[in-house]
Amino acid sequence: MADIHKLATLFKELDDELVNCMRCGMCQAVCPVFGQTGKETDVTRGKIALLDGLANHLLQDPDGVNATLSRCLMCGTCEANCPSGVNIMNIFLKARAIMTGYYGLPPIKKAIFRGLLANPRLFNSLTAISSHFQSLFTKKVDELLGSSCARFNNPVIGDRHFNTLATKPFRRIYPKIDTPAGHSGLRVALYPGCVVDKMFPSIGTATVKALQHHGVGIFMPSGQACCGIPVLSSGDRQTFNELVEQNVARFRNDRFDYLVTPCASCTATIKELWPKMYDGGQDIQTLAEELANKTMDISQFLIDVIGVQVDDREAAGESVTYHDPCHLKNSLKISEQPRKLLQSSGKQFVEMADAATCCGCGGTFNVHHYEMSKKIGTKKAENIVASKATTVATSCPACMMQITDMLSRRNAGISVKHVIELYSDNL
Amino acid sequence: MSKNNIEKLFKPVVGEDNVMTSETDRYAYSYDAAVLDGEMPAIVVRPENSETLGEVVKLCNDNGLPLTVRGGGTNLSGGTIPKPGGVVVLTNSMTKILEINEEDLYAVVEPGVVTAQLAAQVASSGLFYPPDPGSQTVSTIGGNVAENAGGLRGLKYGVTKDYVMGLEFFDTGGNLVKAGGKTVKCVTGLNLSGLMVGSEGTLGVFNKIILKLIPPPQAAKSMLAIFDSVKAASEAVAAIIAGKILPATLEMMDNFTIRTVENFRRAGLPTDAAALLLIEVDGHPAQVADDAARVETICRENDARELRVASDQHERNAIWQARRDALPALAKLKPTCVLEDATVPRSKIPAMIEALELISKKYQLTIGTFGHAGDGNLHPTILTDKRDKKEWEKVENAIDEIFDCALGLDGTLSGEHGIGMAKAKFMVREVGKASLDYATRIKAAVDPKNILNPEKMVRRNNG
Ligand SMILES: Cc1cc2nc3c(=O)[nH]c(=O)nc-3n(C[C@H](O)[C@H](O)[C@H](O)COP(=O)(O)OP(=O)(O)OC[C@H]3O[C@@H](n4cnc5c(N)ncnc54)[C@H](O)[C@@H]3O)c2cc1C
Ligand code: SF4
Ligand code: SF4
Ligand code: SF4
Repeated sequence: MADIHKLATLFKELDDELVNCMRCGMCQAVCPVFGQTGKETDVTRGKIALLDGLANHLLQDPDGVNATLSRCLMCGTCEANCPSGVNIMNIFLKARAIMTGYYGLPPIKKAIFRGLLANPRLFNSLTAISSHFQSLFTKKVDELLGSSCARFNNPVIGDRHFNTLATKPFRRIYPKIDTPAGHSGLRVALYPGCVVDKMFPSIGTATVKALQHHGVGIFMPSGQACCGIPVLSSGDRQTFNELVEQNVARFRNDRFDYLVTPCASCTATIKELWPKMYDGGQDIQTLAEELANKTMDISQFLIDVIGVQVDDREAAGESVTYHDPCHLKNSLKISEQPRKLLQSSGKQFVEMADAATCCGCGGTFNVHHYEMSKKIGTKKAENIVASKATTVATSCPACMMQITDMLSRRNAGISVKHVIELYSDNL
Repeated sequence: MSKNNIEKLFKPVVGEDNVMTSETDRYAYSYDAAVLDGEMPAIVVRPENSETLGEVVKLCNDNGLPLTVRGGGTNLSGGTIPKPGGVVVLTNSMTKILEINEEDLYAVVEPGVVTAQLAAQVASSGLFYPPDPGSQTVSTIGGNVAENAGGLRGLKYGVTKDYVMGLEFFDTGGNLVKAGGKTVKCVTGLNLSGLMVGSEGTLGVFNKIILKLIPPPQAAKSMLAIFDSVKAASEAVAAIIAGKILPATLEMMDNFTIRTVENFRRAGLPTDAAALLLIEVDGHPAQVADDAARVETICRENDARELRVASDQHERNAIWQARRDALPALAKLKPTCVLEDATVPRSKIPAMIEALELISKKYQLTIGTFGHAGDGNLHPTILTDKRDKKEWEKVENAIDEIFDCALGLDGTLSGEHGIGMAKAKFMVREVGKASLDYATRIKAAVDPKNILNPEKMVRRNNG
């Protein structure tokens, strides 16, 4: 506790951002966590006031503030709707990093982040092994994965309905790809992301198929590391820096027009957080910014760059609805392109209520606040069911895991797919 | 009272889960949307039903604990900043819409119901609840009544007070007092609901509110009128009203606000215009067509340089989006945004705007002015950084002068944002000592221990 003054000094550095919050309270209308609890400490205004209190020595309870910081999905809905344009996600990520510096990283996270995530080869082989022994090692796997990749939190706790690790990860199907531009004249770098790799390889293959179909060359180097969002959300900027550096190194020596990913979280992280939150050398910083500028969600690429035309023939087939992942809609303002792609997938598109409300996953939020996460997810599931669609599509594999959990516990009989899977199936 | 004792007092009443005493929790209820320093309460409690709400009030009174009710905490005048060591009472577990009566056109609600949620529910029954403060997605009906909140539709449809038919509140003894009722006419007893509207939590704690509903207008038409001088724009406002037309909404934006909004959204607003009027007429389709045509003529007669009439829903939305953008766009310019609320008779709007320009020059402050021109209720918005002590002093002086100007023009300190702590000290200038003394005597009679939101609006000694 001796260091509370030092802590205050660190938070004081956020002052220029904190002061932009005018305490209007409009974030109460959109925050899913506040929607569940109704507690001021759970909404952005409260959290910002608390950080401000710490910075200005008005409050001496870092433990309490630290606990409230973790009660957040990092969904960015508040930032997207904030009338004062406060850089909320920036504040929260930096605040988490300051807190982690103060408290230290918990040993289990430290072991996993620094020993495992920062070491993609080991990470890949371990998860590969685990996938074969899932039933035996579930508890272990959960500890390992549940707290490692923000998105790997599913294997068996209580009554979760989870997606299992794929027996053949994407990277075993395609260890690497290096094809020249085809008739489109374009070549893209492909960053599948670890959830696609380890849990939903079919999204990876669908992405490859669509790119090939449109004559797009692909560059997918081996040894890609995690994008870094789980470690950054846990306040571990050191490992985040390492991951950015490793990834930048994989892509730096090749030529491509865009970098595409089928994972909304990866897209947002690379595009927004790599340039903003990396705080290492200038050389990497510049390269990270270049990569960020080239980064696109797969549906955005197909619609905006390739120019896929919406098929407006009346689709007679089954109906599909769409869930907006927070990381696409709030962070990158992408909501039209995935819908257009779905309208080209031979299915009938129907809108659900509150399509852009968070599914409640929020990475480690799901692990630490499962009950609340479930409640938020239940609302989402109800809206999906009410849409009467037979398939729900989205653009983020992390959302797919959460939605699968929520739908299967109600035996809804609705399948959960990535937009690109449906599009590719119809090619 | 020690933390332990105060917890022991309230836990049996509201339940373990509805009591918060940690430093972090209490800090989060120390402020509201006013630009004022906060104060820490000793405890925050959340009653889940009427009975417990009444018991909480009585407990506070029995123990001499100051009590501040908090709805959305969005008031702009410090109305929910608690007394140090006091009790904050949350209403957000009392959010039931108890009845929407389509035959007798009223709704009965608990105080924690969020305004926009009520409006939506009412609309789905084919009726209309007009008061629409800018904060309606988060403000509560309890807070709206206690502040007598207005909104964009004030000109034609009135403000919250025009919709309160009756209410139930707890007095300091925890007794349920009934005021008004469900009938259109009701003269039984003193008009206590009238007294409660705008009372800022100082006279009683609302338990239920009966609100008037009306049939919705069948049609609406929106337009944007562009002027080269504020004077011409305000004369157009006066002429529209003198022409016996009551638009549902009649809003103005000054040049600074226009430029800021345009910079923010690039929706094609004329950045060289001195003022814009944003107008909507509604009602029966035939009347709407008629009114719209006349408003157009009047604007042209008053030197409107251009008129843009929305031809479809999309264009209508664009007009109101521009109005909704005013505050966010201004707020983004500087860290601190002081949203003022001085109001004048509409005919004095040109004088008020001129005065604001002088004040902004005199103190070298950035002030964007927009607001409910039709009501004479402008929102001069001062953009500053409260950390800059020198500039802040200028801001305080400027506010002082704004009030003086408004009062000099037969206006009022606050059209809709309330008095709270922010403006209490200015009141005597507007209403005079006798009025304050009268209010103080009422307060002393109904709240002898001065526990109901003390220091807000009505002060014990009117210094
Ligand atoms: C962005 C923004 C826009 C705004 N726009 C408008 C506008 O257009 N028009 C307008 O009029 N105001 C506006 N306001 C001000 C504010 O939203 C209103 O005053 C609103 O009525 C406050 O409601 P609330 O639920 O937040 O009340 P709170 O702020 O929680 O409380 C306000 C007062 O009501 C009292 N109170 C609350 N519940 C009860 C109860 N059950 N019994 C007794 N007293 C109670 C409190 O003690 C306090 O004194 C705006 C505010 C913001 C931040
Ligand atoms: S909406 Fe933005 S400015 Fe308003 S309280 Fe929330 S964070 Fe602060
Ligand atoms: S990021 Fe999401 S969960 Fe966190 S405060 Fe904002 S709206 Fe709430
Ligand atoms: S966001 Fe994508 S890459 Fe990043 S951790 Fe999650 S799945 Fe892996």
